[in-house]
Amino acid sequence: MNLQFLADGLLSGMMIGLGAIGVTVTYSILRFANFAHGELLTSGAYVAWAASFALTALAGGAAPPLGPFSFGWTVLVGGVFAMLFSAALALAIDAVLFRRLRKGASIVVVMASFGASLALRSLIEFVFSSSPVYFSQELQISRPLGFGVRVTPDQLALIGVTAVLLVGVHLLMTRSQAGRSMRAVSENPTLARVVGVNVEDIVRLTWILGGALAAAAGAMTGILVQIRPYMGFDLLLPLFSAAILGGIGSVPGAIVGGIAIGIAEAATVDFIGSQWRAAVSFLLLIAMLLVRPRGLFGGRA
Amino acid sequence: MTLSILAYGAFFLTTALAFAIVCLGLNLQWGMTGLFNVGVAGFVAVGAYASAILTTPPSDMHIGGFGLPILVGWAGAALASGFVALAVGAVTLRLRADYLAITTFGVAVVIHLVALNAQWLTGGPFGIGFIPRAFDGLADRPLAFAACNLAVAIATTITIYLWLERLARSPWGRVLRSIREDETAAMSLGKSVTRYRLQAFAIGGAIMGLGGALQAHFIGFIAPNNYLPNFTFQVWAMLIIGGAGNNRGAMLGALLVWALWSVSGGSISAFVPAGMQARASELQLAAIGASLCLVLLLRPRGLLGEPRNWLKPAPPS
Repeated sequence: MNLQFLADGLLSGMMIGLGAIGVTVTYSILRFANFAHGELLTSGAYVAWAASFALTALAGGAAPPLGPFSFGWTVLVGGVFAMLFSAALALAIDAVLFRRLRKGASIVVVMASFGASLALRSLIEFVFSSSPVYFSQELQISRPLGFGVRVTPDQLALIGVTAVLLVGVHLLMTRSQAGRSMRAVSENPTLARVVGVNVEDIVRLTWILGGALAAAAGAMTGILVQIRPYMGFDLLLPLFSAAILGGIGSVPGAIVGGIAIGIAEAATVDFIGSQWRAAVSFLLLIAMLLVRPRGLFGGRA
Repeated sequence: MTLSILAYGAFFLTTALAFAIVCLGLNLQWGMTGLFNVGVAGFVAVGAYASAILTTPPSDMHIGGFGLPILVGWAGAALASGFVALAVGAVTLRLRADYLAITTFGVAVVIHLVALNAQWLTGGPFGIGFIPRAFDGLADRPLAFAACNLAVAIATTITIYLWLERLARSPWGRVLRSIREDETAAMSLGKSVTRYRLQAFAIGGAIMGLGGALQAHFIGFIAPNNYLPNFTFQVWAMLIIGGAGNNRGAMLGALLVWALWSVSGGSISAFVPAGMQARASELQLAAIGASLCLVLLLRPRGLLGEPRNWLKPAPPS
């Protein structure tokens, strides 16, 4: 048996986990499932792409690739720019749309996010057209890692970047005052307000965190595969499944859920057929809802 | 000239009425019961495929070839979609409201995958053709053909509308609205909240399937890509703009949004240069999404909103 699917699944699963953190945190603090989260990923990927090419033009020529990787410093700076952009976009959507509806039934906010998802995705496709774009046309040679597993330098680098981001978010949530306040609001908003937590600040922080991580996941998926207007929307079901699998509100849960879905998808592609890949996260979701709706790491059903 | 305008008008109205039926089904789920279904396209697809498989002549491309009468196909469509809705509801309705949204979204994705890949069942990406059309004997007289189809669509829509109005005013309908307004209060009156929700969700799904079957037998051909998420978005825009909770609003929204969609689509293909048409139709979709959000913000009741006289019992008939 070839273990390649484990490596492929781990990598795509970490990307899903990164995006699912935003889903699980907004779900537990704002108490609604944000269907526009996929578009934060997509817009992040396009902004990183556009910014890296703008930087290349400003620098007067393509930057040399860093070491063995396919990308240069412009892509890294573009990625940071994209994280800022998606965070700002998430804040803007909240200010224009979600905040005004939050007083009413929470399901109306879900519906608004559904409309926002279509509007954003169509605008992205209007601006960038439906043909996919790439950070680089270079082909990378994958290198053997043992046990028949081969990875490209890019894949290793992205696993590293994702691991750093994940540890950073975990430390933020568990060790900082802001993280403690976020968990307090997610447990009980009224009580958190009573003990002096500024809930509006926490809501903003939630959007910044979710938007920035979505952009990072989008840009990295763009480096690994390609960038297209539907990339985020197609990831929405895996993102939701990962969040529910791990337990709503749990950051480690989102990552574990994401990796589980990534590996299950890769195994499906290897052993059953790639055309059924999109059904995997749905089956895992249904199985989880039947067996343990709270998810692996607690949370609320 | 007038003849072709009339025939087009009938064609337009028949298509819009198929949407109106789907919209009525969604209104039972959302408007009356507060259940958020993001997989409308999937339930419509199940109905269309079920009816097509039951009624088409034998084919090498897919299962079926039962060649049954169209009405049997319609009944099968409603049953199949209602059953799928029942299964989805059974898993998710006892959980938080958002879980139903996420699950129905996933159901639509999986149904589209099955339509696309289970070639033995659905004919795969090429879909199913030669779906029997009612009044095919009139095919050489387009106006009579269009008029007969329109008459069937109108009769079906009105029947469903009247039935749903009766349901809404019945004790059953009042329980549904009481659950939507205050779940705890309904429970304390001894109503089994999950069971009522499940019934409403399954009936709504069955109506959607019927709408899908009507459309399939009118066009005579279905393919997986008729049932993409954008279909769901359209139906939602129709219901929200027309007025959720109001069956007339649901039908009005369907006619209005479909008219705006057809007019803007027609003017794009008439006035926009060929190379830009794909992009221009993206703006059309963006407008659907934006208008959904705008109505929620500015006029959450939609054009008509929920009628107040539902609290009164139905007039004796």
